[in-house]
Amino acid sequence: MRFSTFIYCLKQGLINIRRNFLHSLASAATISACIFLFCLFFAIIGNVRHFAQSAETTVGITVFFDENYTEEQIWQVGDVIAARPEVREMDFISEEAAWESFQMEYFAGMEELAEGFADDNPLAGSASFEIFLHDISTQEEMVEYLSSLQGVRKVNYSNSVAEGLENMNQMIGMVSILIIAVLLAVAIFLISNTISVAAAFRKSENRIMMLIGATNSIVRAPFLVEGLFLGIVGAAVPLAGIYFLYQKAAEYVMGHYVIMSGIFTPIPIETLFPVMAGTAFALGGGVGFFVSFFTIQKHLKL
Amino acid sequence: MIRLTNVSKVYETGNKALRGVTLTIKDGEFVFIVGRSGSGKTTLLKLLLKEMEPSSGRIVVNDVELGRMKRRHIPRYRRSLGVVFQDFRLLKDRTVFENVAFAQRVIGEPNRAIKESVPRMLGLVGLSSKYKVYPRQLSGGEQQRVAIARALINRPEVLLADEPTGNLDAFHAGEIMKLLEEINRQGTTVIVVTHSQDMVDAMKKRVITMDRGRVVDDTNPVQEPRISARRSHRRTLPR
Ligand SMILES: Nc1ncnc2c1ncn2[C@@H]1O[C@H](COP(=O)(O)OP(=O)(O)OP(=O)(O)O)[C@@H](O)[C@H]1O
Ligand SMILES: [Mg+2]
Repeated sequence: MRFSTFIYCLKQGLINIRRNFLHSLASAATISACIFLFCLFFAIIGNVRHFAQSAETTVGITVFFDENYTEEQIWQVGDVIAARPEVREMDFISEEAAWESFQMEYFAGMEELAEGFADDNPLAGSASFEIFLHDISTQEEMVEYLSSLQGVRKVNYSNSVAEGLENMNQMIGMVSILIIAVLLAVAIFLISNTISVAAAFRKSENRIMMLIGATNSIVRAPFLVEGLFLGIVGAAVPLAGIYFLYQKAAEYVMGHYVIMSGIFTPIPIETLFPVMAGTAFALGGGVGFFVSFFTIQKHLKL
Repeated sequence: MIRLTNVSKVYETGNKALRGVTLTIKDGEFVFIVGRSGSGKTTLLKLLLKEMEPSSGRIVVNDVELGRMKRRHIPRYRRSLGVVFQDFRLLKDRTVFENVAFAQRVIGEPNRAIKESVPRMLGLVGLSSKYKVYPRQLSGGEQQRVAIARALINRPEVLLADEPTGNLDAFHAGEIMKLLEEINRQGTTVIVVTHSQDMVDAMKKRVITMDRGRVVDDTNPVQEPRISARRSHRRTLPR
């Protein structure tokens, strides 16, 4: 296609939109709503996952050994565990260290009370390993393995955080897919309607064009431009909104929930945005283009 | 070469618009088609344009049978024709300039060339000053001349003109006829449907007469030199 033909089609597409402004607005707005929700859920799911990942680094599996196991024996088992590929990090907590940290926590300010235990560590036999995994999804398997090891008395772990977050993500994912699907259906309907109206408007014109030798593609092009434009504008508006809102929201969370700041930082917008924008434009533009393509195809059978 | 063999057209209404028309028009010919209203002249042109299909019979243009032409070849075929429709069929929300330019966009002419040739063509049909206006702002005769400009701008192999001077006064009609003669001289086959006996008499060309869907007369007078028709400032078509 010549550049001038391209410009011509572009112009005609924009004329379509202007002539049919309210329809076009409704279509673009529906796409916007659709993509806004997509971006919102994208950001939420991304951050929840990010949080789950950072939570994994703070919540580990604790393995306790039979009370009669010597430290040497414990270390032997420890070496076996450390050799597992799932293990990212492993800390040995001796019974003394365990007692100390217990004292710090429970006898804070009343250290003299703890003195009575001085020579008789009540946590004798409580030496343990604290194990951190690369991937929280392997936790269950790992726990099973650890429990089966010789000399292991008890395996403590918490799967509530990781599992809860993953469940939450699935819930959000399902709800968002449902809402987006409904909105997408509405968007498809509205775009198709918009293109149909534009095609009806140009019906005699299209016919004349074809009679003087215009190809299908040049007759179709303005409508494709129209659909594509609606889709891209429909994507750009919510993206701009999200770009702004996300930063505000992150600021707010970090400012108001100080406890969060230690364990969680939101994904920076620079990391999140390229993928989000790419997907949103592909979604908006793609829907706009293909819906108008198939709609206009119906109207071109002259 | 255009060859119709036993072509009939029956409309959905049962109306028999053409009944077994057989005729041949050679490349470079200038042909008038005359006949009463409703005799099937426009129907004949529509079949040639492949705007619709004949009910029976064959139409062959340049060795290609229209009924067998592939869908994707139709635009290319139509571009080899220039058509002046009886009802003009201008694009109503495009300016005069755009209407004529569109025929050139369709063949992928660059903008530069369009900007040059369209005003020249509009000049030839006497509409230089009207290129910015819309068809509804034009008189019937002016609209007709826009349609003629659009049909001629691509220098078609075949010109199909359905009463191209029907709305024009004697002066403008004469100018248009001169234009058609000129383009014919440059090699275009010209087929003109007309009701104007004066014009037919003046031009001394082949005349096909139709009546109730049949060709009832086809005369090709011996050409005589026509000194009176020549003018010193004869206009030429744009390149
Ligand atoms: N679309 C149509 N549907 C049904 N009948 C039609 C249609 N178009 C034309 N006809 C009929 O076919 C016959 C031939 O019509 P056509 O338009 O070819 O005549 P014409 O010779 O061009 O007449 P005119 O000189 O008035 O333009 C007429 O009887 C007309 O009523
Ligand atoms: Mg007619």
